[in-house]
Amino acid sequence: MGMTMTQKILASHAGLASVEAGQLIEAELDLVLGNDITSPVAIREMEKMNVSGVFDKDKIALVPDHFVPNKDIKSAEHCQCVREFAVRHNITNYFEVGEMGIEHALLPEKGLTVAGDVIIGADSHTCTYGALGAFSTGVGSTDMAAGMATGKAWFKVPGAIRFNLTGKLNRFVSGKDVILHIIGMIGVDGALYKSMEFAGEGIGGLSMDDRFTIANMAIEAGGKNGIFPVDDLALAYIKEHSDKPYTVYEADEDAVYDAEYTIDLSSLKPTVAFPHLPENTKTLDEITETIRIDQVVIGSCTNGRLDDLRQAAAILKGRHVAKGMRCIVIPATQRIYLEAMEEGLLKIFIEAGAVVSTPTCGPCLGGYMGILAAGERCVSTTNRNFVGRMGHVESEIYLASPAVAAASAISGNLTGPDQL
Amino acid sequence: MKSAKGTVFRYGDNVDTDVIIPARYLNTSDPAELAAHCMEDIDGDFIKKVSNGDIIVADKNFGCGSSREHAPIAIKAAGVACVIAETFARIFYRNAINIGLPIIECAEAPGGIAAGDKVEVDFDTGVIRNLTKGTSFQGQAFPEFMQKIIAAEGLVNYINQR
Repeated sequence: MGMTMTQKILASHAGLASVEAGQLIEAELDLVLGNDITSPVAIREMEKMNVSGVFDKDKIALVPDHFVPNKDIKSAEHCQCVREFAVRHNITNYFEVGEMGIEHALLPEKGLTVAGDVIIGADSHTCTYGALGAFSTGVGSTDMAAGMATGKAWFKVPGAIRFNLTGKLNRFVSGKDVILHIIGMIGVDGALYKSMEFAGEGIGGLSMDDRFTIANMAIEAGGKNGIFPVDDLALAYIKEHSDKPYTVYEADEDAVYDAEYTIDLSSLKPTVAFPHLPENTKTLDEITETIRIDQVVIGSCTNGRLDDLRQAAAILKGRHVAKGMRCIVIPATQRIYLEAMEEGLLKIFIEAGAVVSTPTCGPCLGGYMGILAAGERCVSTTNRNFVGRMGHVESEIYLASPAVAAASAISGNLTGPDQL
Repeated sequence: MKSAKGTVFRYGDNVDTDVIIPARYLNTSDPAELAAHCMEDIDGDFIKKVSNGDIIVADKNFGCGSSREHAPIAIKAAGVACVIAETFARIFYRNAINIGLPIIECAEAPGGIAAGDKVEVDFDTGVIRNLTKGTSFQGQAFPEFMQKIIAAEGLVNYINQR
């Protein structure tokens, strides 16, 4: 029986000729990741294990990014714990404030994630690296601890859903709209325990940043991972950013999928997920009521990359955010921040009345840098709109693309870029 | 722990990790501090009412969202002996096993259990008994591999024993 792309990567890392869905395996890890929220718990668990140190100091990445620069004393203590562990174990890939960024934007940029890798991260959006043809999945802190200690993790081999993408996206429609459309279609548990395998000629028209956004939100459909085939664009990205060896895997012709969907990208429209689930999607043209907005957040591991900032800037250029609007722009890494500066994007944001922040996950998870009061609404390019996610339990989050977020910041209402 | 017997707290679909333990409390990893805010954004009374040995029953996709292990840690530290759901989000499922919080998937049981019911769960057989209504359900038994992790009371001990 043929294997999916995910199954092939897992088989190779488990030393097996083939695997099938449901099989329990132990796989070798190419990278183990943690952040300032999850690593302290992992470090505490690892210290309970009878091990002398980490399995490979070069294959662990520690990225304080959630409450960094430290938002309070307790956060500072968490970061201190991670920093001291990194020094104690001589961890190569520890990223301090000044060189850090949001982990899932940072690691591909630093060349630490390449095609064919098996990667676990104690952060649910670790699935992002599937854009590069890697198997990567989110785990908890104890799995991270075991991964750091042994270089291995247990997995149940997932079945798969195939998304066959055809056609080309229209203007003002981006990767965010693709993944919101998919989550709206299959639901927040539509891919539970499964891999989401993207295929088809439509992929060729998606930028790498579109693909990162799509793979990033696989978890929002319950997926174990999201994965893209490795084409010339992905190879060019890997070669530009990494000197690590990579392996290109392809799904077998006779691979078995639990379900298959064909999506014509040219039929997609700007899409918004209404409170309080990412599956509550509507296209903008379906919205008849006026929805007043208090805050806009453009950033996060989902949409804080350079393409995202360019799309927002194209709409904000020469315009100004609505009176009373707080528009918060957060470049995801220092490099993106610098490139956005050199391209003049930051000037556009500031002149439009937005604030530009140092890289941080901050408001996405209701940490800091943009918390909502009761009754407030935010259009956000982030990934979750659960009750209380960005602040008060009576606040609301509308998930959207950078283009829709920027347009909404200008009008003060939930608005599409073609409605300005 | 071979069984659990307690009063049920009943929740619906898609109980996410942000309502199990809001991120505003993730600047600590102390189990007791986390437990004090467990379920706060979905059920403000939970932590006042929960007693040692109580049971959470939910519908689909319990624990969806973030990978924060703080979520099962908070539930366990609040005294909850078992979570029963129609399905669990996969990271939560792993985390619960890894930290030794018993969880059972059962498609039928949630429909036959209401808030306040007394329920007994046998972890060896996977049988769930609703003592209030006099009904019983067969939950999904863990694969042998996971039973070993659970028997060792978590992944850390399992690795130490190998």
